[in-house]
Amino acid sequence: MVDMVRSLLRNLPIGLLTKMGLATLVAPKTSDWSKSREAIMEYVEEREAANRKALGLGQGREARTNHDRTKKYQEVAYYPGCALEGGGHAYNRSTKALGKKLGLNLKEVENWNCCGAMEVKNIDPKLQTYLSSRVMSIAANKMGLDTVMAPCNGCYHNLKKAEYDLANDPNRRGGQFAFSGKSGHATYQAGQVETIHALDWDRETIGRGPGHERPRQEFAEGVKIANYYGCMYTRPRHIFPEKDQGPGSESTSKPHFMDDLLAAAGADNVEYPLKTACCGGAHALSDSDTSTRLVLNMLQAAEASGAEVIATECPTCHSGPGNAPDAREKTLGRKTNVKIIYFTQLLGMAMGLSPKAVGVQENFSDAMPLIKEKKLA
Amino acid sequence: MSNAAPLSIEDVLLRCGELVGAADFYLLRDPAGRAAELLAMGEAVMVSWLVAKGEEPTQDKTEGFRLLALHRQGARGNPSFNACRETCREIVYHHNLILHDPQAPETAQTVRLGAMVVRHLALFIGGKLEEAGLGEFCCSSRPVRQADTLNPANETA
Repeated sequence: MVDMVRSLLRNLPIGLLTKMGLATLVAPKTSDWSKSREAIMEYVEEREAANRKALGLGQGREARTNHDRTKKYQEVAYYPGCALEGGGHAYNRSTKALGKKLGLNLKEVENWNCCGAMEVKNIDPKLQTYLSSRVMSIAANKMGLDTVMAPCNGCYHNLKKAEYDLANDPNRRGGQFAFSGKSGHATYQAGQVETIHALDWDRETIGRGPGHERPRQEFAEGVKIANYYGCMYTRPRHIFPEKDQGPGSESTSKPHFMDDLLAAAGADNVEYPLKTACCGGAHALSDSDTSTRLVLNMLQAAEASGAEVIATECPTCHSGPGNAPDAREKTLGRKTNVKIIYFTQLLGMAMGLSPKAVGVQENFSDAMPLIKEKKLA
Repeated sequence: MSNAAPLSIEDVLLRCGELVGAADFYLLRDPAGRAAELLAMGEAVMVSWLVAKGEEPTQDKTEGFRLLALHRQGARGNPSFNACRETCREIVYHHNLILHDPQAPETAQTVRLGAMVVRHLALFIGGKLEEAGLGEFCCSSRPVRQADTLNPANETA
């Protein structure tokens, strides 16, 4: 027996056991992995592109540019627009807070101007093109940036439209050249910048940014959300050439970027049939009755779909439904309980930011009781 | 479907209100009829717009539905009209959903949601008609409105 124990001890692989013990205590870590990760991602994208080509599926935007875009969106020119400095301030606050949390660099466009909104566009489209192009010109020629991020649907739409018009309409180019010449700034050339929405920005950078921050998956578990995109985020189709490009790209008929982002935070997205319908925003001043009725119908449809929250990504779409509690009660004869919350606020809270940090107190509808009830903060 | 009664936008709004507030058993009595009604109301709204604009509403179909052809006709040369493109498609979707399985437990809810979508279309087009000075929920009021604006007695300081 004694001999057997001695023999066992003599033959024990001491060196190997020591290594195993150390490996258990001190987890092995690969150093300087970031370059390897980039190389592997590049290789995967190359292979995917080759496979798609072999299958006759076309290039596929996701496969082609995903990695590049993630890097590109680390630093963008931020164009808040007029609404985000007024009634949509909560959207401004939450977008900036989310960017900071993600470790991204938002550089506000210097000395920016109104995009031309609906008012200028309806009276003189050429002037609207110039106003939007000036913003893009500053971003490109003065700030040296190649991406403009506009969270407001109106600004996003107008910049995209100006981009399209300048690329395709010589008259618009001529008008813009004259305006910028007299104004004393560099003329914007189509293609100098890419205009993106806050949804594009977040979708590309969440989980892929410097800190790899992700929303807590259990954050919005059990919260039923109707995602409302409004009518300008996807229309007209021809000014959004990057959309409808197959898997991974946004759809103009059934947009899903907000659904995807909030699903990553555990939200229970409901089927909302009015997700791209008109919110009545453009009617608000000229025909407030119709505007209110459109808003009330949206709220009722959200309730009928089982939603507790309407998530929004546009200050106009947000203020209509959020701003009408009295009209809601008066017209419907009862209170509607659906709360209107910006998607950036929901994502910010899902990443650990406080309701105050994302500006919930600035919202039109009081979402705090729901946030407390659902333990969202 | 294509032989829809000439409903005005106001008629459509009233009927949608009835459907939204109706009990399940009423909505489930004739699901196929309700589906056709949703489509017919959508078409009626589009016809109101086209007639007010002085156009002959098409009898053609796009992707199998006159409603989509009417929308396409209305959107020609009028990009902002596309703001109701998906609303029209949602009406078609709800119509198809009901017909796909009329006895499904959620059919009543589908009819109700479909009526809300039609109501949205009616409100949107009604609003556009008013803003364009083409009528107050029905194009027949156009001459009345024009007369109003031409009458100096109706001018306000």
